[in-house]
Amino acid sequence: MKPKPNPPLALLAELTHRCPLACPYCSNPVELTRKEQELPTGTWLDVFREAAEMGVLHVHLSGGEPASRPDLETLVAGAREAGLYTNLITSGIGLTEKRLRALDEAGLDHVQLSLQGVDAALADRVGGYRGGFDRKMQVAAWVREIGFPLTLNAVMHKQNLDRLEETIDLAVELGARRIEVATVQFHGWAARNRAALMPTRAQAQRAREIVLAARERLKGILVIDYVPADHHAQFPKACMGGWGSTGLNVAPDGTVLPCHAAQTIPSLRFERVGDRPLRDIWENGPAFEAFRGEDWMQEPCRSCERRHIDFGGCRCQAMALAGDAAATDPVCSRSPLHARLVAEAEADAAVTEAEFVYRRMNSPALVS
Amino acid sequence: MNPAAVPFLPRGVRVHEDRVRGMSVLLAPERALKLDAIGLAILGEVDGETPFGEIVTRLAARYEAPAERIAADAAAFLDGLVERRIVEVRP
Ligand code: SF4
Ligand code: SF4
Repeated sequence: MKPKPNPPLALLAELTHRCPLACPYCSNPVELTRKEQELPTGTWLDVFREAAEMGVLHVHLSGGEPASRPDLETLVAGAREAGLYTNLITSGIGLTEKRLRALDEAGLDHVQLSLQGVDAALADRVGGYRGGFDRKMQVAAWVREIGFPLTLNAVMHKQNLDRLEETIDLAVELGARRIEVATVQFHGWAARNRAALMPTRAQAQRAREIVLAARERLKGILVIDYVPADHHAQFPKACMGGWGSTGLNVAPDGTVLPCHAAQTIPSLRFERVGDRPLRDIWENGPAFEAFRGEDWMQEPCRSCERRHIDFGGCRCQAMALAGDAAATDPVCSRSPLHARLVAEAEADAAVTEAEFVYRRMNSPALVS
Repeated sequence: MNPAAVPFLPRGVRVHEDRVRGMSVLLAPERALKLDAIGLAILGEVDGETPFGEIVTRLAARYEAPAERIAADAAAFLDGLVERRIVEVRP
């Protein structure tokens, strides 16, 4: 018999796909879930209780924009009552001072504010929402006044990487304790915007230097978590810390996912909350079992000494780039597809003018 | 950590009794740190009022250990957390 997996540490609760912004790298699936299909309040509260009982410590309330849900305050209170650490991942749009105070009362632990750029011109163009930047700065000021710990979440790409130093300075200015400098990952909508977003090798290299220097300089002031540009890396990241090993996602309609992009793998069969206990889905669900451990691996991963370190990289990326979710992530320099991946990344990086395809609920399906 | 410094857990950081794993964990933004008995004992004295020097004296008495060793261990533990913005100090 297989050993039981360890309990998950984190739950990403995608409360809704609705969002006033339209970031061209949004990690939400291209097929967005509509409001009518969203889980009701009570079901989310059950999910939080089940998650806490099975060992989840952190719940990340995300979306879309979670503030699009009028019951956000109730959900935070319920998650806290269940014993979870509550993190709100927000663009800030839809939050008023009054709502923030209500969230404070509900016990919200931490706010993670997304940042599309360091000034209104850049941020509003990337987010596709005029006035978004100013609003965000206002929200950051309220957050600080109320006293929530703040993390800035900066997705970096070709069009804003040259302003990384200013981005880090802005985090300090806003009183953030942490910043996530996350180079864009090419899933979801980002896959449609490769030419507009793919950083150059020089940008990726420079970003690394900036992050290392800033970490040293800002010790005890700002914690910097860094997700490097993986198309320029030698080895892939340990995606999700290993499939089905540390966290799970619940999509707006209740589908339980091993990672936010898992639905891009057509062979996987997913379950929904309420089909059976969440713990059962985690421990025995076919989508979670599919890439747990190492039995599914192919060469070169199967006999590679790094397989316990990176678990063969990202399954969704393998699916997208190699056409096989069990293949070695082509980001890895040992993948036979790596040379092609690098050539394509460099071609996309070299494009100087490309329009954004914005994320929209009613975007007609593009034929790719 | 100097003896007069008063360490405290800032908002958004708390000790959590993890019944599923049978251990104490320190919960912070995007972090969950497993606490061993020593870490738990140190944080048990961190109340936002007691200066570090007094924390060391109390721990040394409770564990009948030399104060210098306790001071070194506790300072290393707390300084590490200060660097990661999980513990703060009032000067
Ligand atoms: S990435 Fe942008 S569009 Fe997507 S949910 Fe976040 S703020 Fe909204
Ligand atoms: S071959 Fe597989 S296991 Fe080895 S480094 Fe590459 S992705 Fe990781």
